[in-house]
Amino acid sequence: MNFLRFGLRRLAEMAVTLLAASFVIFGAMYLAPGSPASFLLSGRSASPAALEAINRQYHLDDPFAVRYFRWLGQLLHGDFGRSITYRTDVSRLLADRLPSTLLLVAMALVLVVAAGLALGRIAAVRGGAVDSTILVTTTLAVGTPSFVAAVLLQGLFAVRLHWFPAGGTGDGPVQMLWHLTLPAVALALYLIGMLARVTRSAMVEVLGQEHVTVALSRGVPRRKVMGRHVFRNALGTVLTTGGLIVSTLLVCTVLVESAFGVGGIGQLLELSITTKDFPTVQAISLTMVGLFMLINLAVDLAHPLVDPRIALGPRRSAA
Amino acid sequence: MSVAVLRRPGLSRLRTPHAPLYLLCLAFVTVVVLAALLAPWISPADPNAVDLGNALAGPSAAHPFGVDSSGRDTLARLVTGARTSLLGPLGVVAFSTLAGVAIGTTAAWRGGWLDSVLSRSTELVFAFPGMLLAILIVAVYGEGLTAPVIALAVAYLPYVSRLTRSLVLAERQRPYVNAYVVQGHSAPQICLRHVLPNVGPVVLAQSTINFGYALIDLAGLSFLGLGVPALTPDWGRMVLDGQTAVQRGYPLSAIWPCVAIVLTVVAFNVVGERWADRVARRDR
Amino acid sequence: MNTQEKHASCASTGSVTASPVLDIRGLRLRLPRTARPVLDGVDLTVAAGETVALVGESGSGKTLTSRSVLRLLPPGAGTEGAVRVAGEDVLTMSAARLRALRTGTAAMIFQDPRAAINPLRRIGDFLTESLRLNTGTSAEEAERRAGELLVAVGLAPAVMRQYPGQLSGGMLQRVMIAAALMGDPALLLADEATTALDVTTQAEVVALLGDLRDRFGTGLLFVTHDLGLAATISDRVYVMYAGRIVEAGPADALFARPRHPYTAALLAATPRLDAPQGRLNAIDGQPPDLKAELTGCPFAPRCVHATGICTEQAPEDRAVTAAPDGREHRVACHHSDRVTGSADHG
Repeated sequence: MNFLRFGLRRLAEMAVTLLAASFVIFGAMYLAPGSPASFLLSGRSASPAALEAINRQYHLDDPFAVRYFRWLGQLLHGDFGRSITYRTDVSRLLADRLPSTLLLVAMALVLVVAAGLALGRIAAVRGGAVDSTILVTTTLAVGTPSFVAAVLLQGLFAVRLHWFPAGGTGDGPVQMLWHLTLPAVALALYLIGMLARVTRSAMVEVLGQEHVTVALSRGVPRRKVMGRHVFRNALGTVLTTGGLIVSTLLVCTVLVESAFGVGGIGQLLELSITTKDFPTVQAISLTMVGLFMLINLAVDLAHPLVDPRIALGPRRSAA
Repeated sequence: MSVAVLRRPGLSRLRTPHAPLYLLCLAFVTVVVLAALLAPWISPADPNAVDLGNALAGPSAAHPFGVDSSGRDTLARLVTGARTSLLGPLGVVAFSTLAGVAIGTTAAWRGGWLDSVLSRSTELVFAFPGMLLAILIVAVYGEGLTAPVIALAVAYLPYVSRLTRSLVLAERQRPYVNAYVVQGHSAPQICLRHVLPNVGPVVLAQSTINFGYALIDLAGLSFLGLGVPALTPDWGRMVLDGQTAVQRGYPLSAIWPCVAIVLTVVAFNVVGERWADRVARRDR
Repeated sequence: MNTQEKHASCASTGSVTASPVLDIRGLRLRLPRTARPVLDGVDLTVAAGETVALVGESGSGKTLTSRSVLRLLPPGAGTEGAVRVAGEDVLTMSAARLRALRTGTAAMIFQDPRAAINPLRRIGDFLTESLRLNTGTSAEEAERRAGELLVAVGLAPAVMRQYPGQLSGGMLQRVMIAAALMGDPALLLADEATTALDVTTQAEVVALLGDLRDRFGTGLLFVTHDLGLAATISDRVYVMYAGRIVEAGPADALFARPRHPYTAALLAATPRLDAPQGRLNAIDGQPPDLKAELTGCPFAPRCVHATGICTEQAPEDRAVTAAPDGREHRVACHHSDRVTGSADHG
């Protein structure tokens, strides 16, 4: 009951934020200097009639409010408009390219969660030299932008060692996994470092709490205490970084897909920006913001599952 | 005082391990800043002198770090590139710090509807990935450093304003502020002369940490070929230029700017964290 | 020095068995970066079915003493001496034996139940985890026992399905006690177990502990800074100052006629309802710093009876009244005969 109300309220908030984001995205494009029409004609001088035809086709002459609400109305029907460069429906472009991006993000996410949690846990549990080593490594990882990682990985593992393809997306599931391995690692590296540090510091904080000593004093084996109490209790803190992790993954696909020539929406965004293909830019931006908000919502809704204190609300003092 | 620097979670509650590391990082920051300031005088060669016959040559006496695919001296481009690579983040940090402190202080001091409006808009900006905003702005305004710097400054502003707001709220509770109010000092006067100097160090630590992240974001934009104009030496741009060479098996011209970016970001992070820790300890 | 004293009345309560459940001999504990041991030659015994109080100011080492019984030592601590629980030395036993001891033979009740129980796990999980994970007890069996013990401490078995946040502090301390009893311990250590509770709940918990001790025949070491509480519940009392036992003896004798100036000062500083005057005598000065070496009697700088010998020579621990089996009244003071104590307090 409580949970349902919480979920509905968050959903409403999300709708409002998404609306605001759509306004910002559309407004930014509207204010852009240099019209898409002139780009379409790519410098060729066109007759006023041809120009007018283009303007009519893309509704470039209508007032701002009219264009915004028309765009919004079409969005609600799943219509993202037509790409100026590719001359097809943007929704079609998105549908073609979204799978590779989602696969890439999913692979990176698996890497981040598996390696980040494991490294953080090992650092907190083992301490000493292991901890210091992990701390130094993750300091470096946290300072390495995804595109730097992409170029370095490409140079070493693709060009020098030929272990992986240097770029492209590949056809078929196996080939795709194969092609997306290096990009996923490049995408994940920074976040592995971040998550490892968050996990470590959250666990170290829990380690200092009395209930851990109590569990040990009752003869619960240390390894079990680490899992059942320390790691388990640290998860709440770790989960709060979920939104940041996914938003970073999504935005950095632009860099990593460009570096590796992966045909996903990140690369499409980069291409559309250079060609001023505004409908596509708008659609991809909005998709990314929407995905990002969905993940944030999921994180918020998952929180009570990890921490029952949130689900139960304020403490009830029973007599 | 329960207010802590709102760090990116990757660095929160990190005890910077060793003093030598901090000193090393501080030294590196100094070197990079000096290189940027003195670039025209210390640059060993013209960073834009093209020598196609010598393209991708390895390190030599004339070009200690080698040359890129257009035969331009890598060391000269690194040193000169430090200027643009640091100037952008500096702009982001300066703008976001000034505006963030102003907004945060006003929100905390005035409270009421102003506070809730500012808090709401802060949350809105938080919901929008900063890098995406910068990409959008660049898409709209094309080449040039100003637009992405402003976009990133807006994206980083909430980190500063939220921190300032909570700090000022905490500071306001202290008895000395009331004493000044009773004595008839005006609010801006108390804020400027007494509250801000107390809040300053924490905000500064936050901004130092933000610097590293702004550098990453701006270098990322240059890597996409956005923002910095094509011929301007810039680390992110150098990685982009070097990437084709990497694919042909000559990684050196890309590795150097990569190293410069990573080390600079790490150095700023470590220094900022150290300051934040020091401030946190002082408050305890 | 050993003047004849009138036998303080020391009514023996219950029979004392030959081998104590807890026997601490010359326990010395050093921490890194300290000049002297935090625990300096502690001797202490608890017999089966006996309640022993360990009193002292915060920082005197009483908590460290009780925690060392379960080998819960601070990192980097070095120990000398022996801590025998049911005849086995805790400090030297293997990790596996230690876990068995912690699960079964000895159990501790902690000061703040809200901090001591993981807030994210259900009460039932907390109660049963040590049995399930350590002794192959089945889940149903462990839950059945937990249910019984919850009833024994005055709670409903349904509490097992609740989270700690849903219970009051007093209820949580009962859960804590039930948890301590899960392994059927021979020795219960209560570390300020009632300090965090309000007065009514405190009385209930104390009554419950006494009741359980009688029913299960466990030895009870009650660590507290509350002298009034120690006087009410314990058979024998140890007074600790700066890591040493300065006075030990039967509760009634010790409180009627304290022989150490520190005990006397503590008693004088304890608020009493029946005290004639409303003035409390706080003890001047601070306990000695751990970072400084200590010669002579640790209490000398704060002691009204101190003379030259007190700062030069550490007082030997000696019996002031003789009684068999560790029930004598012992004190470590050069001038114990000068202590008039709180007899005037009634």
